[in-house]
Amino acid sequence: MDGQNSYRAGPDDKGRFGHYGGRFVAETLMPLILDLEAAYKAAQSDPAFEAELVDLQTHYVGRPSPLYFAERLTEHYGGAKIYLKRDELNHTGSHKINNCLGQILLARRMGKTRIIAETGAGQHGVAVATAAARFGLPCTVFMGATDIERQKPNVFRMKLLGADIRPVTSGAGTLKDAMNEALRDWVTHVDNTFYIIGTVAGPHPYPAMVRDFQSIIGKEVRSQMMEREGRLPDSLVACIGGGSNAMGLFHPFLDDSDIRVIGVEAGGLGLSTPDHAASLAGGTPGVLHGNRTYLLQDDDGQIIEGHSISAGLDYPGIGPEHAFLRDVGRVEYVSATDREALDAFQLITRLEGIIPALEPSHALAHVGKIAPGLPSDHLLVMNMCGRGDKDVFSVADHLGVSL
Amino acid sequence: MSARETRLDRKFAELAAEGQKAFVAFITAGDPTPDISASILSGLPAAGADIIELGMPFTDPMADGPAIQAASQRALKAGQTLEKTLDMVRNFRRGDDKTPIVLMGYYNPVFIYGVDSFIEDAVAAGIDGLIIVDLPPEEDDELCLPAMAGGLNFIRLATPTTDDKRLPDVLANTSGFVYYVSITGITGSAAPDADHVSQSVARIKRHTELPVAVGFGIRTPEQAGTIAAVADGAVVGSALVDVIRETIDDANTPDTACTERVLALASDLAAGVHNKG
Repeated sequence: MDGQNSYRAGPDDKGRFGHYGGRFVAETLMPLILDLEAAYKAAQSDPAFEAELVDLQTHYVGRPSPLYFAERLTEHYGGAKIYLKRDELNHTGSHKINNCLGQILLARRMGKTRIIAETGAGQHGVAVATAAARFGLPCTVFMGATDIERQKPNVFRMKLLGADIRPVTSGAGTLKDAMNEALRDWVTHVDNTFYIIGTVAGPHPYPAMVRDFQSIIGKEVRSQMMEREGRLPDSLVACIGGGSNAMGLFHPFLDDSDIRVIGVEAGGLGLSTPDHAASLAGGTPGVLHGNRTYLLQDDDGQIIEGHSISAGLDYPGIGPEHAFLRDVGRVEYVSATDREALDAFQLITRLEGIIPALEPSHALAHVGKIAPGLPSDHLLVMNMCGRGDKDVFSVADHLGVSL
Repeated sequence: MSARETRLDRKFAELAAEGQKAFVAFITAGDPTPDISASILSGLPAAGADIIELGMPFTDPMADGPAIQAASQRALKAGQTLEKTLDMVRNFRRGDDKTPIVLMGYYNPVFIYGVDSFIEDAVAAGIDGLIIVDLPPEEDDELCLPAMAGGLNFIRLATPTTDDKRLPDVLANTSGFVYYVSITGITGSAAPDADHVSQSVARIKRHTELPVAVGFGIRTPEQAGTIAAVADGAVVGSALVDVIRETIDDANTPDTACTERVLALASDLAAGVHNKG
């Protein structure tokens, strides 16, 4: 498929994926957004940019990440053949580094001398702080005060890497508020500052740019699966907060219409309660953080805080391309609860010797729901987008174990 | 520009004829409570406010500093909604049909209200213009063009990053006045530099005949006077909102003290603007 019939054609020149996306930012930021768009376009057609990025991906990050056949998990569920894309083995422990290196190279091309970022679980913050250390740029990370409390190991890692951590106490002190504060900092330091957004959200060109940098996940899966099985996978499963790891896995496969694509949102305490972070299942379209997308909000258009056991998923919005893919029906969006994620976390740790982050544990929980009903020649790929070291303390807490 | 003359057009013409500048006072609708906010609103014209900018509370005010963020939170906690903000203006209009009122805020509450019904209800309530922070010219189809067609002024923010190349696009669908954001930053930040503001206003005026009001970072009557002297008006928000916060920090303060103290500052600011005008 190509042109208008492709699910991969977006965004248009206004940064829209169907109705979603756009550039809903203050005038102060608008000239910067336009500069960024032009710089990104120029970088995309510059072989030197690509070469530098590939070199870092190979020798600094450790790509390609393995596509691992999870034999015991497959046996346990007794259905689909389950493969894990091991992006948790990347340097810094998650897929976030894929995007950070792309954006920091762009920041350097644009002559920016200071990096800012928001972070929820701290995985993006650690990846940004790592990239900033690697290139010798000062870095400020905005993080909700609530998240700082529940992600202490990552906070300390960022400090070791030289980042300045700014606790955000406005709102509920979580990811959404950290993003507000990063935008406020950016608008105040427009001259020298580059804002590395961690997910496929924000004003155009961020959703497309972050997706492009993360698409290496799906591209590798295509060739790795061809090599292993001689054909493409039958289904793809990934967790979704803002949706960057999922978009990275899904995007290269969107026009392969036989492939079933499933995004798993954070169901928190359950979709029938107010305590979840499933923007697509429980939200409505609105405008926040520079783009139109599905949001958790009340009938006055006020944003509601999401809840999830995972600090990386409790964002009240979702990337605009996911909103588009939901409406056109190309991707199925489902959810898994805190409890289901916690069970999946323990299961895979015991069965495969892999301690996952709580974020992909949601994806795994859904794999557990569908795999038993699928035939044994069904090839299922789940994105293991982060490792669980950072979650060990909060999991102990949830399991009633004191360390 | 709108075809028909609006309260904003009349007000600026009237001030210009008197050799005066506009004092634009900002408060957040519903802060600290709907009742006190309504009493502040009704007292502002007598205190010397030429134009009132009424903030529509939003949970995520990305261009605002701590003072106005907190004002939004107080108002929302007290139950303010966009519908109540429109009611508040409707009630105000029963006693004042002259003072222009401009709603300022973020797009999402308007989008959720419904653009067409919002425009209709805003016009019916007696609102004159809109300042929507997160709608740059690139998104004019969303609200700017329908609002102007419906008879509302759409007031655009121009900033230090809006260069000469971009300025014509920013001014193209602007009416009522141009709001020059004197600093790159959020509301309530550092005070602007008068020379810089003067040059910027002159630059904007090379591209438009609209009046230019200047805001962000103006706190005292002296600053307001200095800035107004080099523009057509000065906007003060965070300083007024800070007075509300101070009065409610003291749990025993009666409601009237809040209104009185905000209006007293408004009156000082108005004197600062008008004496230098």
